[in-house]
Amino acid sequence: MSTSEPQTLNRTPLFQRHQAAGAKLVAFAGWEMPVQYEGVRPEHMAVREACGVFDVSHMGQIEVSGPQALALLQRLLSNDVSRIRFGIGADGVGTGGAQYSVLCREDGGVLDDLFTYRLDSERYLTVTNAANHVRDLEWFRAHAEDFPEAQVIDRIDDYAMLAVQGPLARGIVQAICRPISDRSPLPTRMTAATRRLAGAELLVCGTGYTGEDGVELLCRPEDAAALWDEVVRRGAVPAGLAARDTLRLEACFHLYGNDLSLDRGPIEAGLGWCCREDTAFIGAPAVRSVRETGPREKLVAFAIDGPGIARQGNEVVGGGQVTSGTLSPTLGVGIGLAYVPAERAAVGTRLLLDVRGKMRPAVVKEKPLYRRGS
Amino acid sequence: MAQESYPEELLYHPEHDWARVEDGQATLGITWYAQDALGEVVFFEAPPLGTSLTKDAPYAEVESVKAVSDVVAPLSGEIVEVNEALTENPQVINEDPYGEGWLVKVRLADPSERDALMDAGSYVASLRG
Repeated sequence: MSTSEPQTLNRTPLFQRHQAAGAKLVAFAGWEMPVQYEGVRPEHMAVREACGVFDVSHMGQIEVSGPQALALLQRLLSNDVSRIRFGIGADGVGTGGAQYSVLCREDGGVLDDLFTYRLDSERYLTVTNAANHVRDLEWFRAHAEDFPEAQVIDRIDDYAMLAVQGPLARGIVQAICRPISDRSPLPTRMTAATRRLAGAELLVCGTGYTGEDGVELLCRPEDAAALWDEVVRRGAVPAGLAARDTLRLEACFHLYGNDLSLDRGPIEAGLGWCCREDTAFIGAPAVRSVRETGPREKLVAFAIDGPGIARQGNEVVGGGQVTSGTLSPTLGVGIGLAYVPAERAAVGTRLLLDVRGKMRPAVVKEKPLYRRGS
Repeated sequence: MAQESYPEELLYHPEHDWARVEDGQATLGITWYAQDALGEVVFFEAPPLGTSLTKDAPYAEVESVKAVSDVVAPLSGEIVEVNEALTENPQVINEDPYGEGWLVKVRLADPSERDALMDAGSYVASLRG
């Protein structure tokens, strides 16, 4: 129950909306952010069953453009950036692809995990984790020196970001498209396009961090409040960082700082699917070597068998550590992610977790722990 | 969730616990402030009967979805009864923190320890401070 020093924290353009909604505000990665409004469980269930809206304006953005933009990103990002498509539709609207990747050091340690959107044929926008933005930007700029035809621009001050998530999310966002006659569908999953919503031009992305359908909206900071009001007026429930965490953990999405770090490589984290070593990204040789020999530990999803909730830092008896843990509001049991020795990572393996001195039995489960429509 | 309140008949510990002292025994729980800060309680496991509590030391944990918090003993004593109903319905701690949401009953080791606790007025003043 420590009190933070608000004057040292950044505030998003929606800060007053959060205060007015009675949010509990906490310090998070240098920002004063809403951790919850009405409560984690109702906010979580709103996203699972209807629609929730999150202020994720603390996340950072880096734009890379120019003739060598692709070459620079291919060097930095683990995935094959050349596979992110861009096309102009019959309506004259350009739609770009979205792609997940990790940013590795030479030794394969993970600097960040990122979504990259293609805005134009030679223009990309990469979304960073708030706590890593400055380091990512320095990394991008340092490596851009080898690519003089690529520009790296810090765009963190140019964007606010809202995530509208849940089975009703697309309908709610579609309803605020302007002109009202605009019935063209929103960008599908893993694509992004510029649209006009609630009087503002912004980037609509078919992505999210909840395991539900929905969109993320990247808008100008001055447009964020009106956009927030419009989706809330149509039934989107304001949801905080606490619900964002329980939702992503049920969906088994990684959280940097918990499940990913400089000490862990993408293969052991289960992110080999977004690493294309043949693109020669920084760290590719290290990643290839671990892929060939097999990692010593693997990140598994688990559910506790019985009462108890494991938390980050709890030891797995016989080796390994819990990196994320919570009570799953959807499943009603303690769930989490843990690094365990590779030979104990198979689905169905029984684990014993040391939860502050109490031994809690758990079972390795298939990922994700929650699947939409299940 | 309950409305904010701090009953006059209870004694309060700065770590946001309350005690209802009656005839050498005390019923213990957490205050409205503590349950509000914690959010919805999703897990509480009482220590076994007979466990000795030491004033100012943690004796149990309450967990919300997001966090786990120690519960500190406002008084020393031995557990003579635990609120079994909380195993199934821990959210009663939020709904009725001074009534159905009590945690344990203890036989007091040193009834004079109560003199170190705050009355409702002092506790509320400490929250506002």
